[in-house]
Order: sequence, then structure tokens, then C-alpha cells
Amino acid sequence: MDSFPWLTLLTLLPLVGGIVVVGLGAGQARMARTLSLVFSLGALALAGVLWRQFDPAFDGLQLGERHAWVPSLGIEYRLGVDGLGLLMVMLTAVVVPLSLLAVPADLSRAPLYHALVLWLQAGLFGTFTALNFFHWFLFWELSLVPAFFLVKLWGGPQRSRAAAQFFIYTMVGSIGLLLSFLALFLATKQFDFFELARLARTGGLNSALTAELGWRELTGRTLVLLIFAGAFLGFAVKIPIVPFHTWLPLAYAEAPTPVTMLLTGVMSKMGVYGFLRILLPIFPEPARWVLKPLLALAVLSIGWSAFAAFAQRDLKRMLGYSSINHLGYCVLGMLVVFSGREAVVDGGLQRAAALNGVLLQMFNHGLTAATLFLFVGLIERRSGGLRGVDDFGGIRKVAPVLTGLMGIAVFSSLGLPGLNGFVGEFLIFKGAFPLAPWAAALSTLGLLVTAIFLLSLVQRVFHGPLAGRWRGFPDLTLRERWLAGAPVALMAVLGVYPQLILGVVDPTVVNLVRQFGF
Amino acid sequence: MTWIARNLWLIPALPLVASGLTALMSRRRRGWAAALAIGSLGISFLLALCAFAAALGQGGEHGPFREVVNFDWFQFGGQWLQLGWVLDPLTALMVVMVTLVGLLIFIFSVGYMAEDENFTRFFCFLSLFAAAMLGVVIANSLLLFFICWELVGLTSYLLIGFWYHKPSAAAAAKKAFITTRIGDLGLLLGMVWLYAESGTLLFYNGGAGCLEQGALTAMLVKGTAAGMAVSTGIGLLVFLGAVGKSGQVPLHVWLPDAMEGPTPVSALIHAATMVAAGVFLVARVYPLMAVGGGVGQGVPVTTVLTVVTWIGAATALFAASVAVAQNDIKRILAYSTVSQLGYMMMGLGVGGVAVGMFHLITHAFFKALLFLGSGSVIHGCHHEQDVRRMGGLKGFMPVTFVTYAIGMLALAGFPLVFSGFWSKDEILHAAHGWSVSHWPFYMGLAGAFLTAFYMTRQVALVFFGKYRGAEQAGGQGREQGSAGEAAHTHHSSTPSLHHSSFAPHESPSVMTGPLMVLAVFAVALGWFGTPAWPWFEAFLNGHSAEVELGKLFSGGFLGLALLSTLIVFAGLGLGWWLYGRRTRAGAEEPDVMEQARPDLWALLKNKFFVDELYEATVIRGNAWVSRACHLADRWVLGGAVQLIAWLATGVAWVDRVVDEFVINLGFDGGCRGLRESGGFFARLQQGRVQPYLRALGWGVVVLVIVLMVWRD
Repeated sequence: MDSFPWLTLLTLLPLVGGIVVVGLGAGQARMARTLSLVFSLGALALAGVLWRQFDPAFDGLQLGERHAWVPSLGIEYRLGVDGLGLLMVMLTAVVVPLSLLAVPADLSRAPLYHALVLWLQAGLFGTFTALNFFHWFLFWELSLVPAFFLVKLWGGPQRSRAAAQFFIYTMVGSIGLLLSFLALFLATKQFDFFELARLARTGGLNSALTAELGWRELTGRTLVLLIFAGAFLGFAVKIPIVPFHTWLPLAYAEAPTPVTMLLTGVMSKMGVYGFLRILLPIFPEPARWVLKPLLALAVLSIGWSAFAAFAQRDLKRMLGYSSINHLGYCVLGMLVVFSGREAVVDGGLQRAAALNGVLLQMFNHGLTAATLFLFVGLIERRSGGLRGVDDFGGIRKVAPVLTGLMGIAVFSSLGLPGLNGFVGEFLIFKGAFPLAPWAAALSTLGLLVTAIFLLSLVQRVFHGPLAGRWRGFPDLTLRERWLAGAPVALMAVLGVYPQLILGVVDPTVVNLVRQFGF
Repeated sequence: MTWIARNLWLIPALPLVASGLTALMSRRRRGWAAALAIGSLGISFLLALCAFAAALGQGGEHGPFREVVNFDWFQFGGQWLQLGWVLDPLTALMVVMVTLVGLLIFIFSVGYMAEDENFTRFFCFLSLFAAAMLGVVIANSLLLFFICWELVGLTSYLLIGFWYHKPSAAAAAKKAFITTRIGDLGLLLGMVWLYAESGTLLFYNGGAGCLEQGALTAMLVKGTAAGMAVSTGIGLLVFLGAVGKSGQVPLHVWLPDAMEGPTPVSALIHAATMVAAGVFLVARVYPLMAVGGGVGQGVPVTTVLTVVTWIGAATALFAASVAVAQNDIKRILAYSTVSQLGYMMMGLGVGGVAVGMFHLITHAFFKALLFLGSGSVIHGCHHEQDVRRMGGLKGFMPVTFVTYAIGMLALAGFPLVFSGFWSKDEILHAAHGWSVSHWPFYMGLAGAFLTAFYMTRQVALVFFGKYRGAEQAGGQGREQGSAGEAAHTHHSSTPSLHHSSFAPHESPSVMTGPLMVLAVFAVALGWFGTPAWPWFEAFLNGHSAEVELGKLFSGGFLGLALLSTLIVFAGLGLGWWLYGRRTRAGAEEPDVMEQARPDLWALLKNKFFVDELYEATVIRGNAWVSRACHLADRWVLGGAVQLIAWLATGVAWVDRVVDEFVINLGFDGGCRGLRESGGFFARLQQGRVQPYLRALGWGVVVLVIVLMVWRD
């Protein structure tokens, strides 16, 4: 416990980096770029160190730090990572430099922009390492602020509306979350995730809630469900799950593309992370009570978003909906864990499969979606801001390298085996099918429609006769080839060798499943 | 374990490496690309021969020869998921077939694609295809099978859309991928279900595999909610994958469109190997599909196999009838492929693995031959694909003609000499003995008649009569598709414009060579599966075959063979009578059958309007639902959010009004009152003496008056 405070350092590094960068003058844009890149690469290196320090064989928390903060309120400074936290830290550390490298050179107010990105990164690191609600919630909210300004100040024509919707929507969810945790605190005097989970496991949580709280006729089951609903709302908005998703297409489309990479690559994982870290261990009972409607919501989310994506004409909106779709599989994989279906052979293994799939899918979606938006950014820069599906045609002829690399990313997104997307989806379905056959079967519709809209995208943008106006469309430069080639190569590596991630997260998952007592 | 079984992975790995290297190579290194592809596949072919030799004659009392190698891939739930490969007679046959046919088609492609600017990329994709297809064949795990199966689908997509600048090619590629994906999702569900029930996806694993007795029995005993056995449910879902990949009704629509790809691709992927992968899948998981089907009573009958049979029979007849009315040389062959795949499925359903697989192998050779022959014709006719604009080619292209005729007779099932006769007859024979229904047998016979008929029509139109292409000067009025193909492969200069005549020419020997080799196989393979010497069936089942000439004359066989011969001759004769006896005068003349029955002709020519039906239902429905989701998002959900926003704004506005006009007014009023009273009081206390004195004086006066009044 009292080893070197790696995790504090990890959060501090980009925080300090942001402070350094924001102090630069307006004329020092290059300097800001370089410095912020150095800081983010430093964070990546640090994440690499953590990855190496982490012992996969040990399934508990590692690299922990624990200090009293406000003992009277049960607030502690408590950090630590398990496989899940480490994976998210790594994802953040990978996506942020990628996003920084995708920033166009002529960006206005560069120092502020880069500082905000670094602060966002600090907020994310904090969220993924904090283990006390208070502390965690602070970072959860703090990460929202830089994102808000990034959208608001550098976004597209509707940036104000997009930023406001994004912020307020998420705030509403956060309020639900906060109220729920205040209720939990009132009943248990606990803010610590693991303590709360322990109480939930032993059945103490519900009894404490029923005993300590009670407001008018709201008692027992209804009350517990209400508290669950508050927490669920917080994550449902963040992920997002249909019908709490309407902020997303607008925010993704209006945000500058490098920021969209961050939104979809990492911030969308905060909701799933919260689901796994908080909802799953602390609220298994109420989740079981309303499993059917929740599963219906997951299936709806998967189908709805895929269909809606097909109807989009803006590349960024289309990929935004696709993002909802991919995270829908995560939601499905998490929910089936609560299934009480009896005909299942070896239920623990199925649950472990589903959760491993979810974790893998989180990382893979982060990587693939961020890369796809990177390509959209590259296209946007070449087309003078055009990014409609119908604005192009036959680009492959003049930009074969761009087409080839983006094609690989597209196929990764639609779950082609051999690339990273497949194994996660396979594991989710492998676990989900025996636990919730109908939900899993219906969700395959999403896989089909995803293929339809992604291949239509390829067909419209890259294939067919070359549109005359794009005769001079430049292919990727050498620098861009490396920039785009690196994540694409990682997709192939993870597709062939998923053990790289599963080896780290599986013990955590097994531990989580064991906690449920299956 | 034999050396080759341990190193079986090399067979797909070599083309994979070749593909990777080619992908990184400069596109100008055409010679290298071709050499790498052909060289690697050549070595794979030699290794495949080793594998075949190892499997030969090794069967024992315990069933056929089988060696497996399994390895760990990744862990979940504290367990390792294993993949593996298997060497058994089925694998051995398929690797030899795929590498040999592939090799010949690779060589052919060197000539056919010689002038294409993306020559290197073509060989890169071809090698990737070969690797994935060989992976499908050797996989000992349904998951590895699925992975390779999807990669095969990817290369099919890439190669159908190889001339991506043609909108039709781009659309066909997308259609192929999506249609097969519908089936693949069934396969995916079947796979995860199988995994959940049996705990493994390995086919064979020393008794613990999912195709071995323990798991099969468990799945047979367990029932589902719908009342059928788990094994039935899984089998049907897995079969859905085969339906998609092998172009069975109702998912056949992609395969004819796939002809947009270069002809060698059609030959390799969409005739000989990939589309047969669905048939191979059924053969591979046959123990699962046959479990519970009356062991020991000859051919098993189960729900799944019955479905396989009916789908196969329906496909065989349906596609054969459509093929009658097509005019594109490749589309005729494409529908013929769909039809023959139906026969294979039917063979698996009614007669078991050996029956279906024998037709798969013979068909692979003669259909590859036909496709390459059509490629040679297209190449020789300056990228003309319409049979109405051909004719009389037997004089111009003698080698192509002879080899094509051999392929055509094999496909039509010309008796005794050609391989197609033996393999198709075996299917019909098995269908005749099927205990469930006789209809598949009749449908098969009708299909055989149609097959002989449409192939005769095609050959008569292409090779006999007089050449009708000359009337189009240099390719005007070509079909759009073929024009695109011509424009691409001959992008620099169309040779026909430079030659003094537009006469068709024979193809170079790099193209005719493979044709001749394939022609030999199209004949010779039949001898391995005759009733007199059923070597093929014996090899697959791991026992030795004996020569019994007497079986040829046994009642069951002879009668059926005579019947099918009669049917084939009827088809050939009718075809010749309609198309060969009097050849058509010009390209624009309506077809003989069109003149006779225009309504029926339109129905067949338009493929029973299945595409239109899908267009009106599935595709329209998809677009409609998408639109609905999008609009609901925008107006209903977005509207709700907007409403809440308005409500919030409204509340804020009311707040403000109340603030300004009630609270503020009151507050202001209060303030004003205070201020005014303050001012008033302040005036009282200005600190000047005169007012004080004035007040004092007034006060005194008032007091005096008051006192005086009150005194009274």
C-alpha cells in the first residue's frame, strides 16, 4: 500500500502539464503542441510502467494509495487499479496522444486548447483510479469541464448548443448519481466502493437502506429501485443508452474532430466503467428485479442506433451513432451477468466470458472509433470541411493508402475476425446467448445493420467513379501514414493476440464473477 | 503423429506471408507479386500432397484416420480457449483440391490480368483468399473455421469489388458481404450456442470435442423451449451460415452479382472453393447434423438433414431454371453454380458426406474449367460477355472450345466418360432411396434436364454458328459491365482498335495450359467414385475400396443411370434442336424461347423477380426503419429534450417575471420607501441650526396653543 504513489503521479502529470502549457503566449502555438505531446507521451510511458508493474496473477487491487481525507464523512483519498482500471488508464494514455497528433496546425488559441486536453486527461486518469465515491465523483465532474470548453470554443457552427446539451444532459445524470450516493451514505455512512459492494454482497445494503431511510410511503423495494435508477441514469446518459443519447450525435458532430476522438475513444467508456465499478457490484439486487426491461433497453439501444446511423448523411454523426451501437453490446454483456436463467451450463464461465468481452470491447471500441474519427479528420482537412457521405465518390482511385488504412479500421469496427473488434463481440455473444438467448439473438440485427451502413459508407465515399472535383485529392503524407498506421497496426495485433489484454483483465473478471457467488 | 499433421499450418501460412509481403510491395513489382503468389501456393500444393499421402490408406477399425493439433489462443474465466487444426480424409481432399485449382487459376490470372494496373494488388488479395480458404479447410475449431470463413468473405468482397470504380461492382461487393453476413450471424449464434452446450468449439479433441460422442449425446438429449433437441437448433443455425455462403435459396441473390469480379475470381472463389465452403461446413459438422437420425440404418434422417435436403433440392431446380434465360456467359455459369451447390446440399442431406463431397470435388474442377474457359472467351472476344454477340468461336479458339466442351459435358452429366455423370448420379441415386420423400429426386431429375439444356444452349450460342460480334465495331453497344471490364484491363489501348479485324483470338498458353489440366481432371475424377470402385466414399470413411464391376449392373444403379442418361440426352437434344440446328442470325434477334413464350421467358430472365422482391421488402424496410429511427430521434426524443429545455426556460422566464415585477417591485418599493423615509429623516438632521430653531419655535407655538385650548 505504501509503495511509490504511481497513480497520483499519473494524474498529476497531465494536470501540471496543462498548467505549464496554458501559461504560454498566443505566439507559442508550436511550443504548446510539442509540450503537450511530451506530457501525454510521458503519461503513456507511465501507463506502460504501470502495465509492467501490474501483476496479472493477483486478482485484487494493486498500486494502491490510501490516505484519510475527511474521516468524519467517510471520505478518503483512495487510489488503486485492477485489470479494469488499468485497461482504461492505458486506453486514455493511448488515445490522448493520438488526438493531439491529429490537431490541425492552424488551430486558434493553441495553448488553451492543449491545456484543456491535458486537464481532461487528468480528469480521466482520476476517474479511472479513484475508489472512493467523493473523490471519484469530483474527477467524473471535472473531466466534463474541459470537454465542455473544448466543444464550446473550437466546435462547429452549432457548438454552443452542442456544448450546452452535452453539459446539461450529463449534469442531469450526475445529479441522479449524486443523490443516490447521498442516500447510500445516509444509510451506511460509507463512500467507499468496495465497502459498499461488500455490504451489497452480504445483503446489508438493502436492509440498511430500508432501516435508515424511509420517506413517506417510499420504503423497501421501491426505495432501493429509486436509488438504483438514479445511479443508472448517471451512467446511461454517459454511455449513452437509448433513449438518453440525443446529446451525442450533436456533440460528436460539432466537436472539433480531435476532441470527438477523445469523446468517443475515452469519455464514452466512463459510463461503462462506472457500470462495472459501481452498478454491477453495488446494485446486483435491483438490477435483477428489472433485468427484463433493462435488457430490452440494451437491445433497443443496439438496434435503434444502428438503424439511425444508416439514415445519417454526415460521417461524424454516422460514426457517432455507430459508437452508441458498439457500447450497446457492452451494456448487453454487463446486463446478462444478472440473468438468473437456469438452463445455463456453467453460468460462471458464461458471465466471465461476457464481462471479458465487455472489457475487450471497451478498449477495442476506444481504439477503433478514435481511429475512424482520425480518418474523418484527415478527410475533412482535404475536402475543406466537407464530410457528407454523398460529398465524395471514388476517392480510392487517388488516395489508395487512405482508403486501405481506413478500410481496415472500418472492418475492425464491423467486427471482422483477425482484427480487434471480433474477439470482444464474440465473447459478449458467447456469454450473452446462454444467459439471455433472445436478447442476444435480437442484438445480432445490430451487427448486420452495422455492416450495411459501414459498407455503404465505403461504397459512397471511396468507390464508384472518381468525382471530378476530387481529382486532386491528396493521399496521406508520410507523417500521416505513420500516424494512422500505428493504431491500425495495433488493431491487427490485438485481433490476432487478444491475450495481451485478456491476460491482464481476466483475473479481475473472475474475481468480480466470484463476488456474485455464481 | 505424422510430420505433415504437425506442420499442417504451413499450408495456409505460406500464402498468408505472400499476401503480406505483396501488400507492402511497390505496385510496379508485378513479376514479384505473381511469383510470390504462385510460388507459395505451389509449395502449399506440395505440402497438401504430403498431407493427402499421409491420410491415404491409414484408416483403421476406429473410423477414418484423424490427427489433430490444438493450441491455446486466449484465456477467459480462468480457462484457455483453444484453436487447432485437423488432418483427416476430408481435410486432405480439400487442401489438395483448393491448392491445385487455386494454383491453376493463379497461373491463368497472369495472362488474364496482364494489363491491369492493379496487378500486384490482385495477387495480394488472391493469396489472402487462398490462405483464408485453406484455413477454413484445416480448422479443427468452429471458431477458427468462422474466423477464416469471415476472412474468405472479406477477400470475396475485395475481389468482387476489384474494379471498384464501376458502380455495379462496388454494389455487388457490398451485396455479397451483407447477404452472406445474414447467414454468418446464424452461424455465429449456432456457434455460441454450441459452445455453451458442449463447452468447447474444438471439433475433435480426443473424445472431448463437440463432434464427438459425449457432447453429441448430451445435445441430443437436452430439449429447447420449442420442443426440439438442442442439437437440432444448433444444426439449423449453423446451416444458415452455409445457406448464405453457398448461395442457397433464399440467400442466393449475391452470387450471380458476384460475377462483377474478374473472371479468375469467379472461377476460384465463386465456383470452385469459397461457395463450396458452405457445403464443406455441413460435411464437417455432419456428425452434429446427423445425430439421433437412426444410427445403423444406412443414411440418417434428422430434421436438420431434411431441411438441408429440401433447401438443396429447391436451389438446384430454381437456379437451373433461371440459368436457361440468361445471356451473360458468366451469369449462366453463376446460376449453374448455385444449382450445383444445391445438388451438393441435397447429396449431403440424402446420402451423407461422401455423396455431397464427391460432387463438390468434381464440380470444383469442371466448373473452374468452365469459368476459366469463359474467361478465355471473354478475353478472346475483347471483353464481350453477351452470348448473343458471340458465335462460331470454335474456329477461332480451338483449345478453348475443346476444353470448354469437356467441362460442359461434365456439368451436363454426359454418361460414363465424364466425372459429373458419376457424382450427380450418386446424388440422384441417394435421393431416390431417401425415405422421407421422393420429390427431391424428381426435382433433381428436372434440374439435370435443365442443366443439359442450358449448357447446350450456351455452347451452341458461343461456339457454333457464325461470329456475331463483328457487327459491333470495336465494342459499341456492349453491356455496361463488360465495357467497364474492357476499359480497365485494356486501359492503355484496346487491341481490337489496332488490329485489322475484330476477330476473336485464341488465348496465350499461360491461359490455355490450366484449361487443359483442368479438362483432364474433369474427366478422370469420375473414375474414383463409380459404384464399381467407390474409392472416394471408402477414403472418406476410412476403409479400403474394392473393385466390383458387378455393381454397375445391379438393378438399382442401372435403372437410374439409364433414366438419368435419357434425361440428359433429352436436355442436350432439345438444346441443340432449339439453338444448334439453326443458329441465330444476329445479336439483336429475340431468343427462340422468347418468341414462343414471352411471359415465361420474362419470368426466368428476371430471375423470378427475387431481387425486386427483396428490394421492395428487405431493403425498403431497412431504409424505412432507419428513417423512422432517425426522425424519432430528431423529433420525438430530441423534441422531448427540447420540450424539457423549453419548460426549463419557461420556468426561468416566469421566475424572472416574478422576480422583476413582484419581488423586485416589492423590494424596490420597500427600498424606495426606506430611501424616501431615510431622506426625510435625513433632512431633519441636516445639522443646520436655523431649521432646528424654526422647528423649535413652531413647536413652542403649537404647544402654547394646545395648552391654551386644553386649559379651557
